[in-house]
Amino acid sequence: MAATAKTIEQVKSVGDKYKYGFVTDIDLDYAPKGLNEDIIRFISAKKEEPEWLLEWRLKAYAHWLEMPEPEWAKVDFPPIDYQDAYYYAAPKSDEDKPKSLDEVDPKLLETYEKLGIPLHEQEVLAGVAVDAVFDSVSVATTYKGKLEEQGIIFCSISEAVQDHPELVKKYLGSVVPYGDNKHACLNSAAFTDGSFVYIPKGVRCPMELSTYFRINAENTGQFERTLIIADEGSYVSYLEGCTAPMRDENQLHAAVVELITLDDAEIKYSTVQNWYPGDEDGKGGIYNFVTKRGACRGRNSKISWTQVETGSAITWKYPSCILEGDNSVGEFYSVAITNNLQQADTGTKMIHLGKNTSSTIIAKGIAAGRSDSTYRGQVKIMPNAEGARNFTQCDSLLIGDQCGAHTVPYIESRNPSARVEHEATTSKISDDQMFYCQQRGLSDEEAVALIVNGFCREVLQQLPMEFAVEAQKLVGISLEGSVG
Amino acid sequence: MLEIRNLHATVDGKEIIKGLDLTIGAGEVHAIMGPNGTGKSTLSYVLAGRDGYEVTEGEILFQGENLLDLETDERACRGIFLAFQYPVEIPGVAGTTFLKTALNAVRKSRGEDDLDAMQFLKHVREKAKTLGVSDEMLRRPLNVGFSGGEKKRNEALQMAVLEPSFAILDETDSGLDIDALKVVADGVNAMRDPARSMLIITHYQRLLNYIEPDHVHVLVNGRIAKSGGKELAERLEEHGYAEFLDAEAA
Repeated sequence: MAATAKTIEQVKSVGDKYKYGFVTDIDLDYAPKGLNEDIIRFISAKKEEPEWLLEWRLKAYAHWLEMPEPEWAKVDFPPIDYQDAYYYAAPKSDEDKPKSLDEVDPKLLETYEKLGIPLHEQEVLAGVAVDAVFDSVSVATTYKGKLEEQGIIFCSISEAVQDHPELVKKYLGSVVPYGDNKHACLNSAAFTDGSFVYIPKGVRCPMELSTYFRINAENTGQFERTLIIADEGSYVSYLEGCTAPMRDENQLHAAVVELITLDDAEIKYSTVQNWYPGDEDGKGGIYNFVTKRGACRGRNSKISWTQVETGSAITWKYPSCILEGDNSVGEFYSVAITNNLQQADTGTKMIHLGKNTSSTIIAKGIAAGRSDSTYRGQVKIMPNAEGARNFTQCDSLLIGDQCGAHTVPYIESRNPSARVEHEATTSKISDDQMFYCQQRGLSDEEAVALIVNGFCREVLQQLPMEFAVEAQKLVGISLEGSVG
Repeated sequence: MLEIRNLHATVDGKEIIKGLDLTIGAGEVHAIMGPNGTGKSTLSYVLAGRDGYEVTEGEILFQGENLLDLETDERACRGIFLAFQYPVEIPGVAGTTFLKTALNAVRKSRGEDDLDAMQFLKHVREKAKTLGVSDEMLRRPLNVGFSGGEKKRNEALQMAVLEPSFAILDETDSGLDIDALKVVADGVNAMRDPARSMLIITHYQRLLNYIEPDHVHVLVNGRIAKSGGKELAERLEEHGYAEFLDAEAA
């Protein structure tokens, strides 16, 4: 375990900088390295999946082999050796899947405690139910019983395949088809776990649902798949957090998230992404290549994405909304912070199909060090989208003179009654602002954290309370060392 | 409290302060007056430790400590406060958030615990009331869209909340109408204390009618040209700075 020892040493040497960088020493069950049909059959067999799902995976795999890598993003990295990774790593205790939290490996529980994610139900913050995904599998879901009383299904997607196959079959891949893009295609072929949520008609989910993703094993990719369905007139707020240990090599994270809202339903999806970003010289870190998309299928339905992206060596992510139902609403609130050699190409797509659909995009990009941050957003108004409206605001903040911020909007309107607005600004933290804060007793880093938090306020205030406080701290931590 | 000896300071390589001596005792209020461009604001920035204001000669002792060894924030935490001539806008940061961050930074440096939200609000509201700063104003992003008067009242509020031992008021009267001037002056006067000194930098004598100084100095061409009591300020009001400028030229 030389590599692990080295990692631990690094964690110690950088102290607080990336406090999630520890490794949990736990017995893991791996599939052999690399990806081929046998591995996919292995994953599917491990999960005792029905035939249709295996076939779907194999179709995706065949398609993936032919598919080119997306190359339009403003990110730069050497070609990925897909055969040099493990596609399945699960804690061994999963062999006899724990039936309650008491049976979960105490080491795993300890890990989540270190992360600040209490899994013991009695300790759970009032109103948050958690599904924890460790490497490839979901290890625990809390508050299940209480949610079931209202007919809410919140479980791992593997369980959903067994227990609610009709829902999974109906909606899986219906928003992000397997052939959508190379990364989503890989996920469709090789996904190992993720969360599943179904909110029945007319139910307002009484607590925040939360998933915590953690990559722990070396050389492992994480390909989780999340599927959330809000039936007519229902509401759910869902939180997603992610961390990983510090490792020298790059690890691939290619997730897919699909959201579906039917008539009058609403999903609020919040992410605080803090995957390991690599060190100051750009060594290591997660490649976060994620496809997130929601379909507002019903009338008056709403999907709102809020993301705070501070981690990952490379972020490639465009949470989008397809506004099919008349009067449906899509929102995207984003903060993307890059420091050192991080690269982020992130934004959204708002596709207006229904009448009087409206969308709002507020994107804040902060670049420091030698990093590069790009906002890429598409607003598309289709011919039937009578009276559609969009408002987009992209603000970039630069810290130092070696970073880059770019805004790339694609606006396409095919309906003359549509109204589309785009505003963009680029600014720097001024010497006056720094001096003013310092004169009041704030250190360089406190001053930057305060100013940047102010810059991001419109987005941060969209987050649920528990998350907002954590996100504010994260903003400060991720910019440490960026001034002076 | 503060002792400045033979201070020389440059900005962009140009010497602005040229051998300034000034001693301010505990509890004293000093005023520095002078025509435009004689180094009044430079002096305030040098004392506060702004980047780009380089001391080339001389020394500044603050409560026995060499001030020039300290960073800007360390000086602030030791009790040096500068009320800005042009307070800076910080979008998205509510006035209360800014004050709380600043107060806790200062408290931390003194080894004191952070104030909790309730204690803090009580502390701020008391001070805000006397300065006519409303809750609504405290919630707004700091200085963004504030009128001149609001900005200056807000500076006075920060000073009242942070309770510095040495306050520099840089052209605090500029941009204030007479009513606002009174409110701010009352706030400053309420802070006069045997343990607190102040340095008032002003162009006009007007402010000194409301905040009465113990000593008045005339700053011309980077040096103190004349020192006296408050009657000196009155003389300047009548005769202007001409006599000192002529003396300098001669």
